[in-house]
Amino acid sequence: MEIADLKIISASVRKDILTMLELAGSGHPGGSLSAVELMVDLYFNHMKINAKNFNDPKRDYFILSKGHVCPVLYSVLAQMECISKEELCTLRKIGSRLQGHPAKDKNIPGIEISTGSLGYGLSIGVGVAKGMKTLKQDNRVYVLMGDGEQQEGSIWEAAMAASHFKLDNLCAIVDCNGLQIDGPVDKVLNINPITDKYQSFGWNVISIDGHNLNEVDSAYTQANLQKDKPTVIIAKTVKGKGVSFMENNADWHGKTPTKEQLIQAFKEIDATL
Amino acid sequence: MVKVFGNKATRFGFGESLVELGTKDDKIFVLGADTVSSVAINGFQDKFPDRFANVGIAESNLLGMAAGLAISGFIPFVSTYGVFASGRPWEQIRTTICYSKLNVKIGGSHSGLMVGPDGATHQALEEIAIMRCLPNMTVLVPCDAVETKKATIAAAYHKGPVYIRYGRENVPTITEESTPFEIGKAQVMKEGKDVCIMACGSMVYESLVAADILEKEGINAKVLNIHTIKPIDEKAIIEAAKECGAIVTAEEHQKFGGFGSAVAEVVVRNSPVPMEFVAVNDTFGESGKPSDLIAKYGLKDINIVAAVKNVLKRK
Repeated sequence: MEIADLKIISASVRKDILTMLELAGSGHPGGSLSAVELMVDLYFNHMKINAKNFNDPKRDYFILSKGHVCPVLYSVLAQMECISKEELCTLRKIGSRLQGHPAKDKNIPGIEISTGSLGYGLSIGVGVAKGMKTLKQDNRVYVLMGDGEQQEGSIWEAAMAASHFKLDNLCAIVDCNGLQIDGPVDKVLNINPITDKYQSFGWNVISIDGHNLNEVDSAYTQANLQKDKPTVIIAKTVKGKGVSFMENNADWHGKTPTKEQLIQAFKEIDATL
Repeated sequence: MVKVFGNKATRFGFGESLVELGTKDDKIFVLGADTVSSVAINGFQDKFPDRFANVGIAESNLLGMAAGLAISGFIPFVSTYGVFASGRPWEQIRTTICYSKLNVKIGGSHSGLMVGPDGATHQALEEIAIMRCLPNMTVLVPCDAVETKKATIAAAYHKGPVYIRYGRENVPTITEESTPFEIGKAQVMKEGKDVCIMACGSMVYESLVAADILEKEGINAKVLNIHTIKPIDEKAIIEAAKECGAIVTAEEHQKFGGFGSAVAEVVVRNSPVPMEFVAVNDTFGESGKPSDLIAKYGLKDINIVAAVKNVLKRK
């Protein structure tokens, strides 16, 4: 798909995220908005998906390690027409399949596993990638993590295992929006130099601007070509990207917009097209 | 006299059954965490190196990887010492494995005080409590090596997460290859009418010895081997409560939240009768010979006999 088309889809995904969160009255806009381009390009240009059968054994696997940003995943899945726009409006409501963090037992096509407790996704991805290698299948595995999440020790157990087992079918993405609940990541507990850390753990590291669709697209292509090593894409992003009053503001980690703020946000998003 | 067919550690039952499973089924994948030979999964490693991974001393990743392997269609078995298999990665087991109902089988070796000289750090005494409280989890505590073999094979084809608790030390083999084994179904080891001793794991043997002693003193005890702690055999427990009117539970585990508590939950709702609990009394273990520890912490046949006499005073 052309970059121009991905831009239009990204704008639509941003609007869906904000609409869902306004209706839900709780949830996480900041980290959902920072991951939009990373998710849209992955789903529309790189991941092998059978939209008619999400359990297709030939599919690529996606694990949302930072499960709290599920609005971006639900919105992308809605773009692929496996969740209806009406269902998006049920986010976080009782009886909904769209839980506040992704739930496997709700049988949503494209949700491989329940996530939401930070630090778990990379190990899961390592397990799937090891499984595919054992089966001698070429399915790829993608894991989206947050930068604050890199503070979890379990990430580094998984990082060590991924390179030890030479899992070149694994691509991790770190959405480095720089903020976590308590403030800037480097103030709460500095994770840098994050690229050096992954390099020293034996990974192929690609650093990009996570909102530049050309850079995002070429990073996934490069990851696909890497042999004998897992790849991590360190994506510099802006928390709350696309909505001026949310951008780079930790307050919008877990706060939802009012109706008025939603209208303002829509105007800003439309103006970028 | 209690019929004993041999003396063997339950961990070998686990290891042998994995080799058997692996031979028949290429979906079986085994993961270890640097304790490969001591938890007896090296047989599988040698025979099926392509379906084996040693993840090093990293139990969080051990369980996370097992989850991923389950997603990719394998039936993953992980095994390490019980403290590290159940405690360290408890939240991965909860949120990643149980919540997603993944087909992961957890072998918790080196359970109980019988780990001996390594001391309290390595003596797993809490796994029954912290595993049975998890939705979708099945918890098995086999009594000898033969039963461990059957439990492991049954676990492989039981849908969803299963925790199997077994041990390092030799224990008397008291069941036979031909003894039926079904997850969720307790086994009557001895009939009796005055009191029912319900036990799991290594304490089944101690209970049988206790029943022998009691018989000589004119007390006719029934002995139930409840190898499945969850889902527990409610029917067998209720029947025994009605039949005998008093219950003693016996486990090599903490008193709070474990096997005895699981039995009590059934008894109080259905057929309340006096109960006594033989278990580790809210304390950590220590270094020592297994037999000395079992005696010091009150898990011998004579402790069960004393508990029976106490409970009968309240019948």
